[in-house]
Amino acid sequence: MTTSAPTNPDRLPPALRTEALEQLLVERGLVDPAVMDKFIKTYEQDVGPLNGAKVVARAWTDPEFKQRLLDEGTAAIKELGFGGPQGEHIVVVENTSNTHNVVVCTLCSCYPWPVLGLPPSWYKDPAYRSRMVREPRVVLAEMGLELADDVEVKVWDSSSEVRYFVLPERPADTEDSSEDELAAMVTRDAMVGAGKVGS
Amino acid sequence: MDGIADMGGSRGWGRASVPTDDEPVFAEPWEGRAFALTLLTMGRVSGRNLDAFRNALERLSPDDYLEDGYYGRWLNAAELMLTDSAILTPGAVNARVRANRGEDVDEPAAPEQDAKPDYQPTVAGSLRTVADPPRFAVGDRVRAKDINPEGHTRLVGYLRGRRGVVQRIQPAALLPDTNAHFEGENPQHVYSVGFESTEVWGSDAEPFQLSADLFESYLEAAE
Repeated sequence: MTTSAPTNPDRLPPALRTEALEQLLVERGLVDPAVMDKFIKTYEQDVGPLNGAKVVARAWTDPEFKQRLLDEGTAAIKELGFGGPQGEHIVVVENTSNTHNVVVCTLCSCYPWPVLGLPPSWYKDPAYRSRMVREPRVVLAEMGLELADDVEVKVWDSSSEVRYFVLPERPADTEDSSEDELAAMVTRDAMVGAGKVGS
Repeated sequence: MDGIADMGGSRGWGRASVPTDDEPVFAEPWEGRAFALTLLTMGRVSGRNLDAFRNALERLSPDDYLEDGYYGRWLNAAELMLTDSAILTPGAVNARVRANRGEDVDEPAAPEQDAKPDYQPTVAGSLRTVADPPRFAVGDRVRAKDINPEGHTRLVGYLRGRRGVVQRIQPAALLPDTNAHFEGENPQHVYSVGFESTEVWGSDAEPFQLSADLFESYLEAAE
């Protein structure tokens, strides 16, 4: 088998090569630019971490939904209308005051698209991919999250089509917040386990 | 396969970056175009699949993997899938870039006959059913086999030979190792296996539990 694509010594910029590839495929009728526009718009505008934030806020305010979410993540998330590519089977893991889950994909950048959209740059960074499975506390501290010594750390490497979604711990003093107000507090990094809500 | 993509545990990549709230989905417009072109390429245009795409990423040279950023990596893998399937002639993309710049360049003709693989998924997605019951149960001690396949695998290098405990049985799925090479779907049971950090990285490791999802054929019973 071939093991490597040829490397061009005078590498051309990817922006120009993308333009060229699109031209080559469109002029032969193999790709429809309107379909490309639709894919881009979907992930720029419709599918992103706001979906996951709604799931978290619902779980914080509805104990029965939370139980369904932890038991059968994919089905519970579907109740809110979210599903699709890279979300065939979603497992939800809960962060508490004594357990901290964090998700990584060391082989590529597998990520639960239906609830979080496309992965952010820090998740795709080789430093995160290589080191989260080796020294998670050090990596999390570099990202701004210091964990107490007595917190149990669990790292999930997304090495199959199972996708992991972290239910963050609800911040203190939010008893009077509405579901919408809670959703607005939830950050993307907290739903991966790279941060906490309200810290 | 062993290579640049199997990054787990490797050193030398520097500090992790700090998340920001306002990162755009695509930093530049071309990244969105490359994303969409790759999605269309992997199935519809090249006649390949998601596992073949991941294998194309793994087969990139380190420069092609790292130098163009994340969506540049996708672009390079898309180009590799298209030349593998003889939809594009090698060098066609670079020649078009130079022609677009006004350089005097002969653009290669498209291949007369494509070489798409003889491949059709049995159903959409990766989840499948397996008639036989799972070989391992929750709580069983297992060892990740020490194998070094030349082709695609989702058995990460850093877990080969390491012992862990089955934590959950996940839905069965097609086996990427054969599906990536159009050698059949070979549906298998999938297990979330928990490993102690000290089993993987030695007695000085930070204490934590590591979990990976492993296909049944990656595992053997451990004492």
